[in-house]
Amino acid sequence: MATVFSRIGDWVNERAPNLAPTYRKHMTEYYAPKNFNLWYYFGSLALLVLVNQIVTGIFLTMNYKTSAAEAFASVEYIMRDVEWGWLIRYMHSTGASLFFVVVFLHMFRGLMYGSYQKPRELVWLLGMLIFLVLMAEAFMGYVLPWGNMSFWGAKVIISLFGTIPVIGNSLVEWIMGDYLPADATLNRFFALHVIALPLVLLLLVVLHLAALHEVGSNNPDGVDVKHGPKGNRWDASKPADAIPFHPYYTVKDLVGVGFFLIIAAFIIFFAPTFGGWFLEHDNFVPANNLVTPTHIKPVWYFTPFYAILRMIPSLFSTAIWGVLGMFGAIVLLFLLPWIDAGKVRSIRYRGTGFKVALGLFVLSFIALGAVGAGVVAEVIPAWFGNVDVTFWENSFGRLWTLVYFGFFVFMWVYTRGGREKTRPVPERVVYDHD
Amino acid sequence: MANEVVDHGRRRFLTATTAVVGGVGVIAAAVPFIKSWEPSARAKSAGAPVTVDISKIEAGQKVTYPWRGLPVFVVNRTKEQLDALPAQDARLVDAKSDGSSAEQQPKYAQNGTRSIKPEWLVMVALCTHLGCVPDFVPVMKPEPFDPEWKGGFYCPCHKSRYDLAGRVYAGVPAPKNMLIPPYHFVDDTHIQIGVDPKEAG
Amino acid sequence: MTMTKRQSLMKRTLSSIALAAGLLLGSSSAMASEEGSLPSAGTNVHDQAALQRGAKLFFNYCVGCHSLKFVRYSRIAEDLGLSEQDVMGNLNMTGAKFGDPVVSHMPEESATTFFGKAPPDLSLEVRAKGADWVYGYLNSFYLDPSRPVGWNNTVFPNASMPNPLWELQGLQTAVMHKVDGEEAVEKLELSRPGKLTPAEYQQATRDLTTFLEYAAEPAALQRQRYGIWVLLFLAAFTLLAYALKKEYWKDVH
Repeated sequence: MATVFSRIGDWVNERAPNLAPTYRKHMTEYYAPKNFNLWYYFGSLALLVLVNQIVTGIFLTMNYKTSAAEAFASVEYIMRDVEWGWLIRYMHSTGASLFFVVVFLHMFRGLMYGSYQKPRELVWLLGMLIFLVLMAEAFMGYVLPWGNMSFWGAKVIISLFGTIPVIGNSLVEWIMGDYLPADATLNRFFALHVIALPLVLLLLVVLHLAALHEVGSNNPDGVDVKHGPKGNRWDASKPADAIPFHPYYTVKDLVGVGFFLIIAAFIIFFAPTFGGWFLEHDNFVPANNLVTPTHIKPVWYFTPFYAILRMIPSLFSTAIWGVLGMFGAIVLLFLLPWIDAGKVRSIRYRGTGFKVALGLFVLSFIALGAVGAGVVAEVIPAWFGNVDVTFWENSFGRLWTLVYFGFFVFMWVYTRGGREKTRPVPERVVYDHD
Repeated sequence: MANEVVDHGRRRFLTATTAVVGGVGVIAAAVPFIKSWEPSARAKSAGAPVTVDISKIEAGQKVTYPWRGLPVFVVNRTKEQLDALPAQDARLVDAKSDGSSAEQQPKYAQNGTRSIKPEWLVMVALCTHLGCVPDFVPVMKPEPFDPEWKGGFYCPCHKSRYDLAGRVYAGVPAPKNMLIPPYHFVDDTHIQIGVDPKEAG
Repeated sequence: MTMTKRQSLMKRTLSSIALAAGLLLGSSSAMASEEGSLPSAGTNVHDQAALQRGAKLFFNYCVGCHSLKFVRYSRIAEDLGLSEQDVMGNLNMTGAKFGDPVVSHMPEESATTFFGKAPPDLSLEVRAKGADWVYGYLNSFYLDPSRPVGWNNTVFPNASMPNPLWELQGLQTAVMHKVDGEEAVEKLELSRPGKLTPAEYQQATRDLTTFLEYAAEPAALQRQRYGIWVLLFLAAFTLLAYALKKEYWKDVH
């Protein structure tokens, strides 16, 4: 048996001599800092979810009908008539939400430990591109069940392009291929969702990893292990504070995968709609172009950006400011490596100003999410009684919108001219053997 | 901090156990995906047994009914056609339907006429070669494809020939007799296709 | 020392995230009961007897107007522990085949004439509105001569549907009071008792809601059954993976 495998291996090696070195470069001889903590699980988990989305997505297309007349019923057909179809669908819908959970935490890790700073700007940019494509992918996927939320979500998001001066209205019609989201819209979104964007995503993921492995992983101390002392028990020429990705991080990530799957399985089997957050109640009503759902809101992962859109008022008789604000919120994240001129990467050694700012930034993201999801509008009368809900919701939302954008302004000012008082960074990573 | 000795046995055991348990998990996870290709509830509903009225089928006539989307020929064979059947035995691949075609009919149709009542042939009319629907050629007269034709079925795709009991002639591409589906007589004029007499009670 | 401090900071961050998620979840269930304080339906789709009673009510009182177009008779039989004869003899009165979905008796045109619009399909009603809403709705009909059909509903004001279960519940009338100068329903009173006592009627509507909850997601019966085993398996796998990780990480100092 072993000889058969080794002979196959030899056969392949003879014909593709670069395959095995490539594997080694990215697995057994990819040296990663040994002090990764819990925050470093989310990259591999994102990859796991991506695979899940692709596999379950392929099986969903086998029974889904791409037509406005049949789409809704075909999803229910999957849920009821196809053997195990409900599991495949819930794996896909839960996966979509967990994708964003994992990606948000992965991005927060990057912010905390300065993983976007030089020399990893390209890794960050590619990651942000993945995030952008992922949002497009998720939005189009959400349209496919053709429930009433799908329809109105599509209508509202596409209408954003209508705020662009001059070409806006014709652009909206061009995107929809009709005067409202209709069969043509559904068909093109399907094509983009199941093949075009996944191809782009896969390519970006490969580039993201290639760019990362070129410069090497950051770590919770932000210490550059490549420039530290050399020599570890595996290789005398490699950084002393690094360990081979395989087997050490593969077995460690396996534990993360186990925990993640427990959470995912709990949702899939016991709370697949997650209280209306992962699958919204109004999307169990077929698309109806004459009735807008009372509580129209995007899925939770879009709500922070949606809130920014809503909180910025129209000015000079155009609504484009909100749209610009929403896209600006994402563009600023792209630019973070150049906005932050900090000399130190990790939050462990950065100034207090950074810690407070990052904390407020995360709070603003959560608070804006609550505004966008309509939670704030509900909580205000429940907690404060008979008050002007719109006024207080807007005040709250606008305050946190300012905090969101203020983070970037603060970072620009704070990290320049020696204002940030950092703590000395150790020469070696901090690692306590337990 | 010294390099303690690695317990390779324990390491191998844990690696193997995790791999096996993980492998079992992956296989278990694959099952629902494989099962999702089975006929769905809708397909099963559409493929449910069908009851048909055969009182209007004249002697010598054939009517086609769809069952599970397959063409089921119901033929009311004449006495003359039935009498010609035993004479074909020598030219057939499996005249008694107990050799290569043993699985091609329920036990209660494993007889000379391949039917419950001799005159009524109920058969899934798909050539056992590559699944084409053969022509019903009932008249006993010399045909270009067989000068001694005593009536039967002729497949236009690759020229396989069957007699009027759906038994395949030797020397044609098709290997087996055509399939007799489960069926039973509800009463003298109705048959139900898809349910054995035993199940019907 | 610094390490433990750091870990506790991390733990606190994580627990605050969990708390935020919990708040969001809590508020969403509040959203489901937007029409003020709806009583809890108290349904349990694993109660097969309740499902059978609810199915009987549905096929006696509802299917005349409402379909369950995504639910097949054969599936009801299988999931509710009924035989083909039970379903075809006692529930299915439309002559539909065993494998067919449940369509209503009423042609759409005549429905539109009677009620202004066709009565909606109820396959997904509980998923769209929530069990509490459906249960509350079934208990909140009252006589209102100002409405075309003579009925109104406090959970779904100005609904065009009369109470199909009035013989069971009896007749409710509204006690009105003024709020900001406008007439509003203060409470409902049973002005003429029905065949059932109020407690029996609540149980009957609970059963009916249970059946509709099942109809909205028949897979719920399976997924919770399998879910336990999946979680147990994953827990075992994770423990094993953790032991493996521990073993390998002995190399890392």
